[in-house]
Formats: sequence, C-alpha cells, structure tokens
Amino acid sequence: MISARRLGKRFGRKRALDRVSFDLAKDGFLLVTGANGSGKTTLLRLCAGLAAATSGELEVRARREEIGYVGHEPLVYRELTALENLTLFARLYRVPTGEARVGMLLERFGLWEERGSRAGDFSRGMLQRLALCRALLHDPELLLLDEPYNALDARGAEVLDRELKDLAGARTFVVATHDPDRVSALATARLAFE
Amino acid sequence: MWSRNNAVPALAAAAGLLVCASIALIFFWIPEDADQGISQKIFYFHVPIALTAYACFGWGALKAFLHLWRRPPGADLESYVAIHQGVIFGALTLITGSIWARASWGVWWAWSSEQLVLFLVLFLFYSAYFMLRFSVEPGPARANLCAVYALFGVVLIPISFLAIRLANDFIHPTVFTSQGPQMAGSMFFTFCVAWAAILTLAAALYHIELAGKRLDVSLRELRERLA
Amino acid sequence: MSGYLRDVALLTRKDVLLELRARDAVPALLLFVVSALVVFHFALPADAAELAAKGMLWVAILFTALLGLGRAFQAERQQSMLDGLLLAPCDRSAIWLAKTLATIVFLGVAELVALPAFALFFSALDWETVAGIALANLGICAVGTLVAAMALASRARELLLPLLFLPLAIPIVVGGVGASVADDGGRYLGFLALYDAVFAIISWASFEYVVTE
Repeated sequence: MISARRLGKRFGRKRALDRVSFDLAKDGFLLVTGANGSGKTTLLRLCAGLAAATSGELEVRARREEIGYVGHEPLVYRELTALENLTLFARLYRVPTGEARVGMLLERFGLWEERGSRAGDFSRGMLQRLALCRALLHDPELLLLDEPYNALDARGAEVLDRELKDLAGARTFVVATHDPDRVSALATARLAFE
Repeated sequence: MWSRNNAVPALAAAAGLLVCASIALIFFWIPEDADQGISQKIFYFHVPIALTAYACFGWGALKAFLHLWRRPPGADLESYVAIHQGVIFGALTLITGSIWARASWGVWWAWSSEQLVLFLVLFLFYSAYFMLRFSVEPGPARANLCAVYALFGVVLIPISFLAIRLANDFIHPTVFTSQGPQMAGSMFFTFCVAWAAILTLAAALYHIELAGKRLDVSLRELRERLA
Repeated sequence: MSGYLRDVALLTRKDVLLELRARDAVPALLLFVVSALVVFHFALPADAAELAAKGMLWVAILFTALLGLGRAFQAERQQSMLDGLLLAPCDRSAIWLAKTLATIVFLGVAELVALPAFALFFSALDWETVAGIALANLGICAVGTLVAAMALASRARELLLPLLFLPLAIPIVVGGVGASVADDGGRYLGFLALYDAVFAIISWASFEYVVTE
C-alpha cells in the first residue's frame, strides 16, 4: 500500500525526515514511535498528500477518497455544529448513506447528544472524537492517525481501542503515538524515530 | 549542479565586445538628431533595455511554466534569476526613460508615456515577487507560489498595456509623443547592435548569477549532508 | 461535471454559513466602506470635480475588498482547515471557485450599502458605474482569492496581500473609472469583461498549484 525509499523532508534549514525507508502491505498496521518533533507528524502528512517530499520517493497506492487522516488539529469548522461538519464532509466524500453513517458514528463516539452544538464549544476531548468520526466517515482503506489518543478520556480511548481492534486486519493503518503499548498488539510493523 | 563553465566566459566576452561596439556606433558613427541633439541617443539604450526586460520576464515565465508542468529540479531557480534580471533591467528602463523624458520634454516623469507607466506597474508587480519569495520557507511550496506568480506577471503585461492605453483617454495629460525617430538604415543597424549587446549582457549576467546561486545550493546541500 | 458543481455549491454554502454565524466580516466591510467615503469627503477639496469623487468610489471599493480578502481564508488558516479541504476528493479549483463566489456575495452586500451612501454623499450613479462595479467584483474576487491563498503560505500575510494584489488590480481601476467617467463607457466595460475572463481562467487553473506542494 505504501512504499518509501530514502524519504526526506526539509523545511528550509531544518531536516524533519532523513532517509526513511519502509514498505507497508495492504491491511498492515504500521506503528510509528518517537519523541515529539522526531518527524512522525511529517511522515503522516507526506503519506496523506498534504506535503511533498524534498528527497527520496514515496508511493501511496490509495486515492484521496480512500484515505482517512487524523492530525494534531481536529480539522472541523468551529462555527458549524458537529452534525453540520460531518454532513459537509459526508457530502464532499460522497458517502452513499451519509446521514445514517453520520448518526451511527456520532452515537458510537458518544457525541449524539451534542450533535447540535457548535464545534467551537466542544472540549478538546470531544473535538478529538469528532475528528475520529470525520476520519472514519467514508470508511477509508488507509487510515493515518497522528497521536489519536491525544486528549481522549478513558471512555473515549476505549471506544477508539474497539474501533482499531475491529478494523485492524481489514484496513491499512499508520499510527503515530508516543504511547505504543496501547496498540502494540495490533502492529504488524514498526518504525522508530529518534 | 555545476555551471557549464564554458558558457559564462564566452558570453561575457561577447557581451563586452558588443557593448563596446554599440557605444562606438552610437556616439561616433550615427549623426546627431536634428531636434533633440545628443540626448536622443539614449533611445538606443532605453528601448533595447526595455525589450530585454520583457525578454527576461518572458524567460522567467517560461521556466515557471516548465516547473509547474514537468518539475525539472533547476527550473524554479532559473525562473527566479530571470525575473531578478528582469527587475534590474526594468529599473534601468525606468531610469533611462526618465532621463530621456527630462532631456526631451523637460519633465522627469510623463504619465502619457505608456511604456514608462507599464514598466512602473510591472516593477511594482515583480518587486512583490521578491517579497513573496523571501517571506516563504524555501521548498516545493515556495517554488509553486513563485511560478504561479511569474505566470500571472506575463499575463498582466498585455492587459496592463491595454489598460494604460485606455486610461490615457480619460486622464487627458499634455500629450507627448514618445515614439522613437524614423529609423534610417544606419540608425536601424546601430539599434540592432545595441539590442544584441544588451541581450547578450543580460544573458551573461543571467548565467553568472545562476552559477552563483547553484553554487550556494550545492554548498548548502553539502553542509546538510555533513551535519 | 455535476459532482464538481455540487462541491462548489457545498463549499460556497459553507462559507456563507460560516459568515452568517460569525457575523464579523460583513459588518466590518460595511462600516469600513462608509467610513472611507466620509474620509474622502474631507479629502477632496471643495471645488474637486464630481469626476474625482467617482474615482474615489473605486478606491473605496478596492480597499474594502482588500479588507474582505484578508479574511477570506480566516477559518482555513486558524484551524488548519485548508488541510481538511485538501484531503477531500474534490477538485482544488472548486475550493477557489466557492471562495470567490462567497467573497463576491460579501462584497456585494457591502456595495448595496456603499452605493446608496455614495449617491447620498456625492452624486447620483449611472448604470455604467453599477455595471462596472458588478464586473469589477468578479475580477477583484477571482484574483483576490488566489492571491489571498498565496499570502497564506507566507510569514507576513497581512503585509503581503495588498502588495501582491494592488498591481494586479490597477487594470480593474482603469476599467471601472473609465466606465464611470468616460463618454463611451461601454469600451471600458468590455475591457473589464476581458480582464475578468482572462484572470478568472488562470486563477481557476493555477489554484491547485498554490495550495499544494
């Protein structure tokens, strides 16, 4: 699904990624670990197509509509309600049973009660759950999750655990985290950054 | 990426020769203009410089288009250097044009001179190019932005010219004719030599600056690898 | 094709909805344009021609538009939403088109107040001026949206936007003022239409390169 050969990314003077190489097969689960600022986020952004490599090669055999991405920002409009946000993305991603899927995900992540509230009023944990809903909305083949457990409380983390367990083996994952023990059982491959 | 070392000295030598030749022709061969006297001779500098500036902007836009289309690695730098040269020659156009206006009509600036006004607008536009370039981190994003902007510039040239021409209808300035003299054979020949000289000079400067910038890039990459 | 237009409609609706909720850009534009007109009254000497005032209307519109454009990508910038839009499978140029249409709406609302105010403070407006303004809106927003996206990438975006925008806007001012002031305003309206067509096409085509690497 993903092949990287001596992948590098530089921001002006700073080198964020240096000659990273790996292969990730379909339905594999790549666990990326490393301290803050070690390049995990950069790698995920490159895989999502949000940035271009400055050296090396990267091939991601998934189209944009097959990729689900969770980054450091929740990527939802603060002035829109949770429901409006997800409906917008459902329509943009052409999700066939949009309304039903939106409702189902909101319920699964415990946001159904607050669906009519502006995302700007949500707590950090609720925003993260909303972001996960957004990423899973179109049932993507490839899931790129950058610190998905960030800001989640115990219940939210449990829901995420369940989702990952359900989908692992049926979808391809790249998960960056500095708390690897949570997902290490699911990992089929690892990449450690210094 | 090292410069082709042979091109630069050859170009520089050719430029030097042609510039000397054209100066000789301009000041010693063709007769003085009956009306304007010796100041008219600046025409032989001003117009070739203006045309060369256009050529530089055009070359910059071409490299920009190539960058967006095929992404050859050096295209962004070449586009930047061409536009840099274009701005230099553009500034020279404004200066020589102003001197000519002063010598011919007694004013340092004439809004009716469509050529001058167009160059002023382009000078502003391409100066903003540098503001853009130096306020963005170097990388593929910056290269894309500058390339798109360079293409906008080249589209702006004919549109601005049309606008300025239209504007002159309602601004009603005192009308000065800014055409060059009717060119007799000897004048045309001198003009061509001068034009060739300025173009060769621009090409030489372009290659020199490009070589310097490429060295910078190589040096930085080597430092990166050692770090 | 219908998918493309659907995306544009979705995104335009989103932008208008965001502004309706936030309610900060349009009131600011309204206030700014009326304040500018008042400043111009004091800036023009008593015997300045009516024509000078018409020219100043265009200055007011241009700078109001600049103010609006500075906020065009506000949500996308503050919340990194541009990433969210770029991840979606829609065509990048649809983002440009939607943003342009939304900005035209906001600028139009401001002008609905500005034009009567101008007629009140200075002089009545003829149809050529209004047509000119309508055409100029297209050009200003088309180019302005692209340039605003360029400025997003830079460190000095508030400074850069006017620098990038004003040279490109000079032909619009010529076309607009000419339409208001000259005897054969139609020629200038034609020029504005040409500007709109040319710059809308290259903005539409190049937006993708401005927002992606």
